Amino acid sequence: MRNALKKLYITLILIFLYAPIVTLIVLSFNKSKTRAKWGGFTGKWYISLFKNDDIMAALGNTLLIAFVSSLVATIIGIIACIAIQAMKKRSRSIVIGITNIPMLNADIVTGISLMLLFITLGIRFGFMTILLAHISFNIPYVILSVLPRFKALNPSTYEAALDLGASPFRAFMKVVFPDILPGVLSGFLMAFTMSLDDFIITHFTKGAGIDTLSTKIYSEVKKGIKPEMYALSSIIFISVLVLLFLVNYMPKENKKGD
Amino acid sequence: MNKKILSAPYLLWSVVFIIIPLLMVFYYGLTDKSGAFTLENILAIATVEHSKALWLAIKLSIESTIICLILAYPLSMILAKLNVNQHSFIVFIFILPMWMNFLLRTLAWQTLLEKTGVINSILKTIGLPGINIINTSGAIILGMVYNFLPFMVLPIYNSLSKIDKNVINAARDLGANGFQTFLKIMLPLSTPGIISGITMVFVPALTTFVISTLLGGSKILLIGNVIEQEFTQTGNWHLGSGLSIVLMIFIIVNMLITAITDKDGEGTML
Repeated sequence: MRNALKKLYITLILIFLYAPIVTLIVLSFNKSKTRAKWGGFTGKWYISLFKNDDIMAALGNTLLIAFVSSLVATIIGIIACIAIQAMKKRSRSIVIGITNIPMLNADIVTGISLMLLFITLGIRFGFMTILLAHISFNIPYVILSVLPRFKALNPSTYEAALDLGASPFRAFMKVVFPDILPGVLSGFLMAFTMSLDDFIITHFTKGAGIDTLSTKIYSEVKKGIKPEMYALSSIIFISVLVLLFLVNYMPKENKKGD
Repeated sequence: MNKKILSAPYLLWSVVFIIIPLLMVFYYGLTDKSGAFTLENILAIATVEHSKALWLAIKLSIESTIICLILAYPLSMILAKLNVNQHSFIVFIFILPMWMNFLLRTLAWQTLLEKTGVINSILKTIGLPGINIINTSGAIILGMVYNFLPFMVLPIYNSLSKIDKNVINAARDLGANGFQTFLKIMLPLSTPGIISGITMVFVPALTTFVISTLLGGSKILLIGNVIEQEFTQTGNWHLGSGLSIVLMIFIIVNMLITAITDKDGEGTML
């Protein structure tokens, strides 16, 4: 009886979380152009999607910004972690405090603060400003998932590599990097997800003439969302679902580590 | 020695892209168009229009934070009792929806909630009265709970799953009943997770302008909407910054609470 109740509760929460996603996937097959009415089944949005240059350009921007910003954030983040690890307790808690600011601060404040910075510096709003903004809110996610891995490291192995004649860079790549890799990967993935899903900060740091998927959707809210957008989101969601499922459940030997 | 130099790129980055931008908000908020010092932009919060938007935002964000907590705690308890190996799977289930665009997911609630929408059609079929909350503050609360629930579940789940099973068993052996064990063991040990969850939900809920735009119709203005309009439509950055400073008071209180409870400086989110 109690178990049945527990299962029912989890099921209800999952329905709550996934109902909108199912709705969007259903809408992507809706013949009628409006969201409010079911006009019969069609797959045509999945074809016209690829002929829509605006959506394709927004998709390109979104993926490029997500990839480059997570990559740069990962590199800066790893270097920061090495430095933080070597710091004394006090300076370390100050740096971690600063790292926490973008995570705890409201997106709207982060967005307008960066907007004011770019205006003052005279940087032209566009691809570059979005990219810089995304790198800065992505770094904390990398640091927070890589730093625990550094703490769990045995420093003697790195020192042993140095004693045996490896250069610091080589010793890092051969000895430290494999151990922190899971943290690096999850940090990168987290940063990529956050970048992909961000609207608010992009909204304030993009200029006219450039759109990511989020800002494109926001500008379409009043006129009505193009059904191609539902189709594209469904494709992205399903591909990620399949990909993550394969990564998590195919190689069993990977599971031992955690 | 060498490692100290390594901190340079990140420290430089933080100063340019975190500290200076925040100081810019204070600079704009405390000056007028001619650059002279003024408190007018901050005191503007007292006008009827602005204070109403702030109070509504506070009210709705507190309500949705409480609802998130009530929904998330039992859920986390159930999840924490499941097999330990499923940790990554549970995180996966709550992170996965983020791969569907946040605006579209929120818009989908319009389709679900509308007068002739999916939920009302289902209610009608089984003979129940329909609900009519679209374009009300009820819909905004629902949107907040929907979007921020994972931020409440993950930290609570993490703190609950770290509790040593032996501590719970010891309490039961010493004669505590289920409720006493919960009150004396589980609740105190999961408090950091609860506080972390509350701060992670409250700040984005308090400052949102998107959820109110998408689900509240155009009539309901939260403080986030007012600030957004000052920056993108009216173009009065000084007033927008002044109102943001007011908002930041709440955020800073939140950060302090997190700093006090999160002594390891690691966060319980990840």
